[in-house]
Amino acid sequence: MSIHELMFYLFSGMILLFSVLTVTSRRILRAAVYLLFVLVSTAGIYFMLNYQFLAAVQLTLYAGGIVVLIIFSILLTSHISQKFEPLGVKKMVFSALAVAAGALLSIMTILDFGFDTVVTTSQNPDMELIGTSLLSYEKNGYVLPFEVISVLLLAAMVASIVIAKKEKSK
Amino acid sequence: MLSEIPLSYFLVVSTLMFFIGIYGFLTRKNLITILMAVELILNSVNINFVAFNRYLFPDQLEGHFFSLFIIAVAAAEAAVAIAIIISVYRRYSNIDVERVDTMKF
Repeated sequence: MSIHELMFYLFSGMILLFSVLTVTSRRILRAAVYLLFVLVSTAGIYFMLNYQFLAAVQLTLYAGGIVVLIIFSILLTSHISQKFEPLGVKKMVFSALAVAAGALLSIMTILDFGFDTVVTTSQNPDMELIGTSLLSYEKNGYVLPFEVISVLLLAAMVASIVIAKKEKSK
Repeated sequence: MLSEIPLSYFLVVSTLMFFIGIYGFLTRKNLITILMAVELILNSVNINFVAFNRYLFPDQLEGHFFSLFIIAVAAAEAAVAIAIIISVYRRYSNIDVERVDTMKF
């Protein structure tokens, strides 16, 4: 077993284990920490696939930004020691059945389909290439989604400030 | 090297992660945990994009860039969702989806 395979099994095992814990843990703060582990192992998978920039973005934005945001909102809205009530058996069984059926169907489709993969020299896209493609408007340029995302981020920022601000007491 | 691991392994991992996220979405009652389940779903889609990019079109970067944009959209979504959750909490002192059942005020 090579180091690549070992890393893949390690990261995917961590992803699956901590995903299950994220959706089943009865303490909300622990669920958030398990989510952090899932996101960090995903960054590990990106590193393994040799996309270092994407992995860095995943670590700083997802694991650093979103998880901290979620943890802050947990601290604002619930008691740390609070435990959720256990789930009803009926709901749990039926959700698990639906999810298992969907997963089985998708996995069988994936395993049936033969992808003709072309793993050539897996070079890492350097920062210069990423920067110029983000701002180029020629073929393989992404300036339109880049601009749309920038407007979206501004709108989201304004919207979250407006929604969350305290109303004036009348 | 990377070619020892078939592409379908990555897809199976991301499919399982996606459906675990759906399970959380169906069974959770707290709004923040539902948001976490949605983050899981978005993240699994990202793994799909990146693996397809690396295995099928290694000389182009489309999957790479779309994962970047998905991460940005997920950040915007999380910010707005948490603003709404905090606003709901102020009004009802509760963020249980089964107890917050009046949308109008």
